Amino acid sequence: MSFSVTEPTKGTKWFAGFLVITYAIITLVPLLWIIATGFKSPTDSIAYPPVVVFEPTLEGYVNLFTDRTRATDDMLEAEGPPQTWYDEIVRERGTIISGPSRYGERFLNSVIIGFGSTFLCMVLGTAAAYAFSRFRVPLKDDLLFFILSTRMMPPIAVAIPIFLMFRNLGLNDTHLGMILLYTAVNLSLSVWLLKGFIDEIPMEYEEAALIDGYTRFQAFYKVVLPQAATGIASTAIFCLIFAWNEYAFAVLLTSGTAQTAPPFIPNIIGVNGKDWPAVAAGATIFLVPVMVFTVLLRKHLLRGITFGAVRK
Amino acid sequence: MTSSPIQKAAQVTPDGVARKIRGLSDRTIAWIFVAPTIFLLLAVNIFPLIWTIRLSFTNFRVNRPNNAVEWVGLRNYERILNDPDIWNTMQATAHFLLWTIALQVIIGFFLAFLINKKFKGNDMWTTIIVFPMMLSPAVVGNFWTFLYQPQIGLFNYVIAFFTGVDPASFSMIGDVHLAPWAIIIADTWMWTPFVMLICLAGLRSIPDSIYEAAECDRASKWRQFWTITIPMALPFLMLAVLFRGIENFKMFDLVVQLTGGGPGNTTTLTSIDLKREAFEKWRTGYSSAYAVILFVTVFGLASIYVKALNKVKER
Repeated sequence: MSFSVTEPTKGTKWFAGFLVITYAIITLVPLLWIIATGFKSPTDSIAYPPVVVFEPTLEGYVNLFTDRTRATDDMLEAEGPPQTWYDEIVRERGTIISGPSRYGERFLNSVIIGFGSTFLCMVLGTAAAYAFSRFRVPLKDDLLFFILSTRMMPPIAVAIPIFLMFRNLGLNDTHLGMILLYTAVNLSLSVWLLKGFIDEIPMEYEEAALIDGYTRFQAFYKVVLPQAATGIASTAIFCLIFAWNEYAFAVLLTSGTAQTAPPFIPNIIGVNGKDWPAVAAGATIFLVPVMVFTVLLRKHLLRGITFGAVRK
Repeated sequence: MTSSPIQKAAQVTPDGVARKIRGLSDRTIAWIFVAPTIFLLLAVNIFPLIWTIRLSFTNFRVNRPNNAVEWVGLRNYERILNDPDIWNTMQATAHFLLWTIALQVIIGFFLAFLINKKFKGNDMWTTIIVFPMMLSPAVVGNFWTFLYQPQIGLFNYVIAFFTGVDPASFSMIGDVHLAPWAIIIADTWMWTPFVMLICLAGLRSIPDSIYEAAECDRASKWRQFWTITIPMALPFLMLAVLFRGIENFKMFDLVVQLTGGGPGNTTTLTSIDLKREAFEKWRTGYSSAYAVILFVTVFGLASIYVKALNKVKER
């Protein structure tokens, strides 16, 4: 390696690494604690001092996905021997499963609304970004600023009229309403990011295609889209994560059919007060996919979270 | 690539011919592409905003749709600005904003500075540090209440372990003096990585040659830090402050799950207060005026700040 005055010395690197890794481990503790609590028994979860080594159990996960009722010994006998492993866990607490919980539904709602809004957002956003990037649109700068500024509003501030509007249109507590809403909220970020990605594709490719007899649509579809694929994918993950995590609109505008997981998870109640292992299990299932996406997205992270203001 | 017939054709065909070949006119296509986006944003963002402004001049209440709606002029605004509770809320928000931004900028910049030393595996550790900010604030905030439990909570245990106080003797979310700090700690844990990422981009944008020149001039590392690193990273730092400021002014999900605005009104940030007025007391007209005031405040402060930011960039 060539000598450089700006290259930090070995000692500096070691020290910097030590401090950063210490911070990373401290910052990870709450997350690891969520994952660990999901595998604890209710007694272990509220033990003092907090236990780090414990016998893992799937009780939290079973409680998360089922509704249970207290059963007397007679009732337990009438039910016969436990049929499955999860039945066995529930029986030990003197309860029987009365049916599936609503978590599955809520999680599915999150998936439908998340992917639905992301897809719609990408279709509309790519088209708009392409137009802004390639054509002379009247009032282009004003429109772009307008699109960006919509993101600055506090969600609660626009929630009142959206609530009224949705009620009039029959969109309250429906998947379609939430998909449209999240699409609109995410569009600003998408158009800005995608415009940046499309700006980077040389115009010559399309012009060559146009001369070869492609129409504009074909050129857009067959030349630009494949080239912008990475940019579109990373923008899509940002939209997905936003819709996945969103809470304010979800809690105000949904209550039953279209409620997503974030308003639901904190309200999981056990037999004796809050069932923390079940809450933690619900959180784990909900959070881990995002962590996986974060690892996939790490190269594009900065551009996404700063509206493309910072490019690496 | 350079020899492909497509590209050769592109080079020899003059622009004017190329333009004639296209089917639909560019203007038509541009409108077809942009219109759905503009329409959706108008319907879901701008239309509600105008509606909010309109409602703010009335005494409308969503839960009493049969009452006659009256125009009350500026009375809602007058009542809000004369309400001492609002000023308490503003104060709580200012306290929250000030401390979260200060802590996040200091820790975030320091971390970025260390990561920029390019030690082995820095990419992996950066990704790990970024995890909290990608997660759902409501779900994570709710779990922080578990960490903050007196006696059984991990946070209390760790504090007790290092300071020797009784872990059951203090409650981060139940105590009037501690609750504002409980939300600051959780927010800092969650959003420091954001500031760190922006600072890292700033530090990486400084060319090595400047440091090499400074080294030739025998400037000390300390002096290099204050005369090169800080001024050149400043626009990025200011950008981070802008983003965090706007986001934390809107703060709702994390805090509402953590403390719900309590105890008393000590952690009632403006968004939480607004939600109570609008969706619990159902004072629609009043809360619309409240929303307009908040909106104007954010926009005003942000645009003044952006002007300052541009001046720093020009230097």
